[in-house]
Amino acid sequence: MALEGFTHLIPFAAGHEIIRQRRRDLTLVRLTPDLIYDQLIGMGCAKKLVFSWGGNPGVGSLHRFRDAVEKAWPAPLEIDERSHAAMSAAYVAGAAGLPMAVLRGFVGSDLPNQNANIRFIECPFTQEKLAATPAINPDVAIIHAQKADRQGNVLLWGIVGVQKEIALAATRCIVTVEEIVDKLEAPPNACVLPAWTIDAICEVPGGAFPSYAHGYYERDNAAYLAWDAVSKSREQFTAWMDQHVLGTENFAEFRHQLAS
Amino acid sequence: MKSPTRTEIMTIVASRLLGDGSTCFVGIGIPSMAANLARLTHAPDVVLIYESGTIGAKPNILPLSIGDGELAETADTVVSTPEIFAYWLQGGRVDVGFLGAAQVDKFANLNSTVIGDYQTPKVRLPGAGGAPEIAALAKDTLIIINHDPRKLVERVDFITSPGYLDGGDARKKAGLKGGPSAVITDLGVLVPEVDSKELIVSQVHAGVTRDQIQEATGWELRFADQVTETEPPTELELTTLRQLLERTEASRRQAS
Repeated sequence: MALEGFTHLIPFAAGHEIIRQRRRDLTLVRLTPDLIYDQLIGMGCAKKLVFSWGGNPGVGSLHRFRDAVEKAWPAPLEIDERSHAAMSAAYVAGAAGLPMAVLRGFVGSDLPNQNANIRFIECPFTQEKLAATPAINPDVAIIHAQKADRQGNVLLWGIVGVQKEIALAATRCIVTVEEIVDKLEAPPNACVLPAWTIDAICEVPGGAFPSYAHGYYERDNAAYLAWDAVSKSREQFTAWMDQHVLGTENFAEFRHQLAS
Repeated sequence: MKSPTRTEIMTIVASRLLGDGSTCFVGIGIPSMAANLARLTHAPDVVLIYESGTIGAKPNILPLSIGDGELAETADTVVSTPEIFAYWLQGGRVDVGFLGAAQVDKFANLNSTVIGDYQTPKVRLPGAGGAPEIAALAKDTLIIINHDPRKLVERVDFITSPGYLDGGDARKKAGLKGGPSAVITDLGVLVPEVDSKELIVSQVHAGVTRDQIQEATGWELRFADQVTETEPPTELELTTLRQLLERTEASRRQAS
């Protein structure tokens, strides 16, 4: 499954619910694992990670991700590591129903030596050497958006990342939204996912916290900075997750508890 | 005014290398700081592109992440991730890639993947992100890194992003154009030698000795025939940089 959102509109509420439901053995796909996958990995939900950049943006390491790769805690983590260009192209191929993406990339890099999902092909027209990577078609995509209307059409704006591509590449798509409105009032060419491309919509105000929802609330950079200390040790991480995620009924209660 | 720190000098020297009117694909952290300093001083028409899809971003405060709202709000346009890499970078519209890394080697190859062996790493680093394609496809690359013998190494543990590979014409033979033109550190500036493509010292910051720069480098350094001393930061550069950092700090304090 893929929970997407490039720094912006990261579906944290949905990620927490996966942890509360104690899901296991997931293959997690995401360009930038961010705090939400650090939490899923640390809580033992993942067996494999498909990704391109696993850090805490502007802060440093994702300690739970590192612990899983370096020391197999709490479980070994298989990785399929590409680059942003390759991952996003693989989502485009997935949405377009193609078996692979082609890009000018990875020349001179050691990554293709470690990942069989990055290979080189020759352009049949120009004979240029190009990189190829298989399309990504997750069983489930989860994204967060600003609005849905009562028919289930979804509108998002700002940094739109790869959300449209992953929504169309996945077999099923779940969207959490800031609010459900009578009318989207989306201008032509806006990033709108029609209702019939979506399987479920959940209204979760603040559901992207501590990332942000453009026009609703800003990124909580302090929370990203604070995560470094929370996640550094296994004990402190586990205690924090037990108290704030497993110990709460839902995301609203989590937010309330964290604020108090 | 308080005299400049090493990091301030590094940032200012890096900002000077960014030409006005050029299109720059910016990495987060010090590259972003240097690129915005250039924009606020000598290069008002520089176009800053962040991999979150923001083109022509003009942030008033420095973003913590590559996708802060500040970038989207001040950009000329915001495009999707597939588009930023396919149309804008791969399409040949980027003049300069501005990158940091955990390690850089003698031939300006970059490592941001692992320290140690890939399968059993000593330190698992964040990974490639946008860097391999930026380093391969931008017409020029500038690299900013703190001088440290564990960071400037003879050979990187893992080539995440290509510099000049094994040196000489190896990069060209691999089919890549461009290549890094400078590595800016807190002690000086290294540039690839014309034919060998080995990084040599072309510039040292005021007060830095050759021994000092050698001690902080993991291979036996060579120096250019004419090593220049860094022009001291101007009052405008230093004031602009400090004000930018103060605005950023104030904004983060307010938010927390």
